[in-house]
Amino acid sequence: MLLGTALAFSAVLFTLGVFGVLIRRNVIVIFMCVELMLNAVNLAFVAFARMHGNLSGQVIAFFVMVVAAAEVVVGLAILMAIFRTRKSASVDDANLLKY
Amino acid sequence: MILRFFWIFGVIAMGSALLCITRKNPVSSALWLVVTLFALAALFVLLDAQFIAVLQVLVYAGAIMVLFLFVIMLLNLGRPGPSDIKGPLGLSVAVVLGAALLFLLQPLTRTTLPSAITLPPGSVLALQEQQGIVGSVANPLFGAYLIPFEIASVLLLAAIVGAVVLAKRKL
Repeated sequence: MLLGTALAFSAVLFTLGVFGVLIRRNVIVIFMCVELMLNAVNLAFVAFARMHGNLSGQVIAFFVMVVAAAEVVVGLAILMAIFRTRKSASVDDANLLKY
Repeated sequence: MILRFFWIFGVIAMGSALLCITRKNPVSSALWLVVTLFALAALFVLLDAQFIAVLQVLVYAGAIMVLFLFVIMLLNLGRPGPSDIKGPLGLSVAVVLGAALLFLLQPLTRTTLPSAITLPPGSVLALQEQQGIVGSVANPLFGAYLIPFEIASVLLLAAIVGAVVLAKRKL
């Protein structure tokens, strides 16, 4: 019962994250939506860990957090580098592979 | 009782996630995302993952969101301006794709685990009673998952170096 509810919440949060990525142009908000998706997957991992009765799922959730932290740091650094040349945080303005 | 609290925090998480993706101002988006992350931490506690819940508050709601707000303020993105939400065409494409994804994920909610691969209910609680809440996660982390753990530390080092290289004007 709890597993089905947790997976339903996880699916809805993941969909909201995808939806946010699709409707927004601001890079910062798109990053936040990616974080939302990673968190939704974490919820599914933790729910499965509880239902399986072993804690490997929680360990994987821990690794997902580590990777998310690394992703945010590098992503925001790239955003700052792009912002410096284009003076804009919109994804529509970042359409060239150089500068 | 647990299921009722689970629903309360789940609805808070989904509602604030919806507000997060629809607010025009990136600062309010970030603050609504903090609410989502806290509600998710509460869901983790209800799923017997207290250690992950504490990490969620420390790492996500603490460190990562501060980084987000810091960059928003550094780049001065909080000022009022035209909305960055896409027009009717982009919005309708997103609604169609989102509905399709939700439809594809919907069988997931009827998942039942075969009894051959599950331990009896309450075995997570028994393990936490026996090894402690942190110890029960630390044992597999430093045992079966030792090599991924070391690789994660190299990944973090690479991320630090990469961030300095990318964000610095001149090395």
